[in-house]
This record gives sequence, structure tokens and C-alpha cells, in this order.
Amino acid sequence: MSPATILDEAEIRRAVTRIAHEVLERNHGAGGVALVGIAARGDDLARRLALEIERIEGASLPVGVLDITFYRDDIGIRAEAPEVHETRIDFDINDRTVVLVDDVLFTGRTIRAALDALVDLGRPRAIQLAVLVDRGHRELPIRADYVGKNVPTRTDEQVRVCLKEVDGEDAVVVEEPGGSA
Amino acid sequence: MNKHLLSIHDVSADDIVRILDTAESFREVGTRVIKKVPALRGRTVVNLFYENSTRTRISFELAAKRLSADVINFTTSGTSVAKGESLKDTALTLQAMGADAVVIRHSSSGAPLTLTKWVRGSVLNAGDGTHEHPTQALLDLYTMRDRVGRLEGLRVAIIGDVLHSRVARSLSFALVKMGADVTLVGPPTLIPPDAASWGVAVSYDVEEVLPKLDVCYLLRVQRERQRQQYFPSVREYARLFGLTRDRVGLLPEGSMIMHPGPMNRGVEIDSDVADLPQAVMEEQVTNGIAIRMSLLYLLLGGRAEEVGADA
Repeated sequence: MSPATILDEAEIRRAVTRIAHEVLERNHGAGGVALVGIAARGDDLARRLALEIERIEGASLPVGVLDITFYRDDIGIRAEAPEVHETRIDFDINDRTVVLVDDVLFTGRTIRAALDALVDLGRPRAIQLAVLVDRGHRELPIRADYVGKNVPTRTDEQVRVCLKEVDGEDAVVVEEPGGSA
Repeated sequence: MNKHLLSIHDVSADDIVRILDTAESFREVGTRVIKKVPALRGRTVVNLFYENSTRTRISFELAAKRLSADVINFTTSGTSVAKGESLKDTALTLQAMGADAVVIRHSSSGAPLTLTKWVRGSVLNAGDGTHEHPTQALLDLYTMRDRVGRLEGLRVAIIGDVLHSRVARSLSFALVKMGADVTLVGPPTLIPPDAASWGVAVSYDVEEVLPKLDVCYLLRVQRERQRQQYFPSVREYARLFGLTRDRVGLLPEGSMIMHPGPMNRGVEIDSDVADLPQAVMEEQVTNGIAIRMSLLYLLLGGRAEEVGADA
């Protein structure tokens, strides 16, 4: 069965634009706000969000990338040590409002790990969460502050986010279990 | 990757790239205010050191602690080993305590391999006899790649007592595996007779080699080798093979000077030379922690199939 596209390129662009407006509205402007994307793809979305905010408000926000591998709760359960990505946050997160950015919100475990990873780097004034897709099925008490699109899914379906920066195209698709990519 | 790291032969070129890339992330952790991550929480790492080696032991200890593992230091003085306990019984004791990894330093070549028969966790060789010291080689590769940006085609001379050096063996094997161009330099008595089979070049003339290098890697000259008559005197060694103030000018611009430590200032390296900006010994030490974190993470970060299996 062919994968169903739930967001195309234009819809992703509009979602990012809307989230940019919401971040500015909620925080009364861009002052003291920083964006931290979760590797991989959350960092690309964070950069897009920063560009949108700059276009709307004329303010350039600091953008960082966070790898949560060392904070996962399944180390020792997975057969192999998970692949490690880069963490690069070149600004002080203390007393800033950090907007965590990720592609898909699912069980919430990645965000739990990201919260632990962030507080090891400092003490933000607040942490907010922006995701492109919320597909439900939370296993932890976590919710997003900004959502591109809520997508009801079954747990065995796969939600795949493709971004031009890494995949060559912009699309969000839902795939059947075992379906071809 | 192999479960154990006994020798550079246990890792492929791809494994080495993965180890170095992962170490990159751990070096970033080392720059934070809180230099600790919970990646190996609940795992136990035993440092089993039958030879004194403060540097390597504390490097492994810090690496394990920064990964949130529990660390036990088992040194030979004042322990059951001093009371005559065999390696086997020590190993069985550590096994019974549920060690997930044993880091072993031993004066006998092959002791780490023997240990793998008795413990279920991973064994990491921290130097065995005149055999290998793979973690030193990997941290050296990391330091070279970090500075130069590549390993392939890198021109490296390893200068000194290659014959008795486990560092030289591991480093040569690792560099050759990554496509570097290695020359061993030293008095003929201290160059291993089988060096040709390592895929390296050999030279007895340090001044001829220096102008063609990206990395000048000096080995520690052990004074007891002179008593064993491998070379006539320490002064003569320094005169013929030492990296003196005069010789350092022969090195091309941008080349690096490395040494695994501890250095004999005035023997294999002049004291002033050891303090030049291109001498990167402190970087080697810092990178050593990141490399050992990377190895512990990659070896212990997977499924804990063995832990408590016999409980």
C-alpha cells in the first residue's frame, strides 16, 4: 500500500510560518528566546523557524542542535549502542526561553531525554516544545506548545518526515507497517 | 564491533571511523560545565592494573565516571594479587561481582586475551607487555585527524624503541589500516626484524626523515634497555635520534610533534621542543578521555545480555 501524504511542501511551509507567529505571540516578541532542534531533522526545522521569525520580526534568534542519545532510556535494551549525533549550542541557555523543536511527537520519550540533556547545560527560564507533527500515543505526561498538525495514527504505523536539507524533498507521510519507503 | 578491544586487529577501518566520530561528541561533553552524561548509568567498569600506569588508569576512570558508570580500581599493591592470587581467580571474583567491562594493564603480552576466557563482560586492553596498547593508538589517530583533517596519506614517523613498544605496534597497525604512510625510525637494534610485514618503511637516519613528515611521533626511551645493551648510552641515543632544538627546524611548517608520555625531557625530546606549540601532548591527554568514553559507550551501550546471566 502506498504511503499517504499528510503534509506537502506548501503545508509544511505554512505550518512553520504559523508556529513562528505563535512563538512570537506567546513570548511577546523574540527577546530572550532561543531555538534548540533535536537531531536529526529537528535542527533543520529549528533553522527554518529562525528564518521565519527573522522575516516576521527582524530579530535573529540563536539556534542550537541537541543530541539526546546519551540521555535515552533504552540504553542496554537496544542490541547496539545508538548512533551519536552532534550537540552544538554556542550560546548560554541560562535564563532564556528555550523552544525545543522536533519533527514528530510520539511517545514523548525523546522529549523527556531532551529535557534532561538541556538542564545539564544550564537552567533556562522556560522550556517550550514545538513539533511539526503530533501523532499521539504518549507514554509520558508531555504535550507540545506548538503543533504543525495533529495526525491520528495507529501505533504500528510509521510517520516519516522528509526535509529538503537531508532528504531532498519536503513531505510528511504515513506508512503502513512494513510498507516500502 | 567486536565485544572486546584487545588489539587494533579487533577493529575495522569503519569501526575506527565510528569510534573517532563518537569521540567527537564526547569531547564536546568535556567542554561543558557539567561534564557528565547518564549514558552508562548502572554499568560497572573495573580497572585491573597489574602495572603502574597513573595516566592510563585515571583516563579510563574519568571516562567511565563521565558516562555515569560505577568504577572499581583494582591495583596490584595491597590487594589479593599481592597475596598471590592468580589472574584467573581475580577474574572469577570480578565476574562474580558483575563487572560489565574490565580494563586490564598487564606486563605479560596476551593477558587480556586470556582474561576473556573467564569474564563475560567486555575486556579492554590498556597495554599488555610488548604486544599492544590500542586505546593509545586510537587517541593518537583522533588527535592527528582533528589537527590535519584526514588520516589517509598522512606521513608519520614513529621514532625510538619500536621493538619493545606496544604503543608503536598498535599505532602502526592502526595508521596503516587507515591508509597513512608510516616510517619507523631508530637504532637497528630497536627496530623489530619483522617490521617489513607491518606495511611500514624503516629508516635509521632521523634527519633524512624529518623534512617529509606531517607527524613526528616520539617514543619513550627506557633506560633499562641501555643496561640490556640495545644502545651504548642515553647520551648517544639523544645525539643520534633525539628531537633536538636544531632538528625540529627540519620538520615542515604545520607538522605536529606527539609523544604518548611520560616524556624523558633531554633524551628523546629536548625540553624546549616539548613546550613548542606544535607539540600536542596535552591535547593527546584530553582526547584520550573522549576516546575511552567512546569505546566504553560503543562496547557497553548495547544490550546487557551477559549481566547477571548466572544470577
